[in-house]
Amino acid sequence: MKKLVISIVLLNLLAACASEKPKEAAAPAPAPVAAAAPVAAPAAPVQTAVDPLNDPHSILAGRSTYYPFDVSVVQAADKPLVEAHAKYLSQHPEHTVRLEGNCDERGSAEYNLGLGQRRADGVMKMLEAGGAQASQLSAVSYGKEKPRALGHNEAAWAQNRRTDIDYTK
Amino acid sequence: MEKKGSLMLKVLSGMLGLLMLAHCAVSSAALSIEIIGAGEHQIPISLVPMGGDEKLGAQINDVVTSDLLRTGLFRMVDTTGQSPHETVDVNFNNWQLRGADALGIGNVSVQNGRIDARFRLLDVVKHVQLVGEAVSANENQMRAVGHRIADLIYEKLTGDKGIFSTRIVYVNRQTRSYSLIVADSDGYNEKVVLKQKEPIMSPAWSPDGSHLAYVSFETGHAAVFVQSLLTNQRKPVADFPGSNSAPAWSPDGKQLAIVLTHDGSSQIYLLHPDGTGLRRISFSGAIDTEPNFSPDGQSLLFTSDQGGSPQIYVMPAAGGAAQRLTFDDGNCFSPRYSPDGKSFVFAHLIGGQFYIAVQDLQNGQMQTLTTGGWERKPSFAPNGKIILFASEARGRGILATVSSDGRVQQHMFTQSGDAREPVWGPQP
Repeated sequence: MKKLVISIVLLNLLAACASEKPKEAAAPAPAPVAAAAPVAAPAAPVQTAVDPLNDPHSILAGRSTYYPFDVSVVQAADKPLVEAHAKYLSQHPEHTVRLEGNCDERGSAEYNLGLGQRRADGVMKMLEAGGAQASQLSAVSYGKEKPRALGHNEAAWAQNRRTDIDYTK
Repeated sequence: MEKKGSLMLKVLSGMLGLLMLAHCAVSSAALSIEIIGAGEHQIPISLVPMGGDEKLGAQINDVVTSDLLRTGLFRMVDTTGQSPHETVDVNFNNWQLRGADALGIGNVSVQNGRIDARFRLLDVVKHVQLVGEAVSANENQMRAVGHRIADLIYEKLTGDKGIFSTRIVYVNRQTRSYSLIVADSDGYNEKVVLKQKEPIMSPAWSPDGSHLAYVSFETGHAAVFVQSLLTNQRKPVADFPGSNSAPAWSPDGKQLAIVLTHDGSSQIYLLHPDGTGLRRISFSGAIDTEPNFSPDGQSLLFTSDQGGSPQIYVMPAAGGAAQRLTFDDGNCFSPRYSPDGKSFVFAHLIGGQFYIAVQDLQNGQMQTLTTGGWERKPSFAPNGKIILFASEARGRGILATVSSDGRVQQHMFTQSGDAREPVWGPQP
């Protein structure tokens, strides 16, 4: 029995090594925003205003908030991101977003569904407080049903405890 | 010389029998089963494959044997050299010498597309018949005949209601699809009730076994559906903004308890299985989820984090104040009443592992039944003697059972995919 447990743990460790690193790690690069604009544009003048939503160097490129275990409050580190999206949505009423709450696998499927909903609702409330219209926003939970990373370890769990800000329009 | 040879063969086959008992791995194309541990007092029983249609007799015998062994309450006594099919042919002394307490015999035939089995259970010590019954079924329901005979034996020798003819439901997750599967209690005879790309969770049996309620993400979020197992017709009964989940049937089948988030946090509501008559009954503002009706329909167990972390609570089914039931370290999830209403089973997360545990409702005493791992979503067999739950082995989700005293565990491996969210169905 013990042997089996150990081999399962090993398997999971292996699985964890193979899984992708949190996307978020690439985010903190608030370098010169303007300078980087036209990279591959050959002849055309620099006129075309880049929608910051499509600018990989904009803070808006970040689309996820992350949480500690069994916590649903937006963390201080993610507040600037959510506030930036709120501002953008308030200036662009034609856009809509769906907040998708996710959880790590520790907990029952149903409890995690509730927790994921709470996470998504928390981001939704913050977006609304920041100027987005309620009609631009919806919130769903995937609980632990759609994990980004597999494996019974903190590296995987940390990636799965998140809310995704998904622009649907 | 020849005699010695045949004796040798006997000993060998006896040893083989013992070996098979020690490692009861029953394998098939559909799934494989491993049994761990054994009951304290095992009833020694011999089952002679039924005569008549001998091939069918042997197949039925396999089903009966597997059913009985899985309970941990029986020990199979070798039948080599003896194959009586009628009571007059039974040499009781010989069976007594072999150490059997009970002996199963009979005949089986197929006529006009129907299996007709005549089964007898004999008391080897008292030389009397304990059971004599004709069991019949359609030709393609060989396993049902076996389960019925196993029920007859189990009921007569243990005094408890048999559960081998019941069904289970679970979700099987493949790489790109989710299937809702109904199977026999031993995991065989799988029928796909629903298959789709989006997740399915929390299946719940109607008390008469005719319908399933479950959660499907097919509309982009969690919504509650009810589906008939007779017609396969299905309809959404709760599809409000946010999450709609955790359906549970009242014992009379007239109400569903469900969990909605459209008023804020996850809260418990009642509604009729046709989707009408929605009424909120929990007002904690916390996550209240996984409601489960008591057998008398008066109370609801549920999971809530209103005390700061997920624990088990109970409240009147009509609504009212909740009372916390679990106070142990760690977190508690997925409570379900025992069929007698005197205890409940739940998943206990502590030290990074999930365990299946039961708690007595009278004295509050908790007992951990399993050795720990990724063990979740327990539910009782209708007789209260076995608990079905989701576990994990060899890197994937499997179904598992544990006897309600924790002595015997069984692992069921499906052919592929992750098995999860199992629930034991009611008596047919």
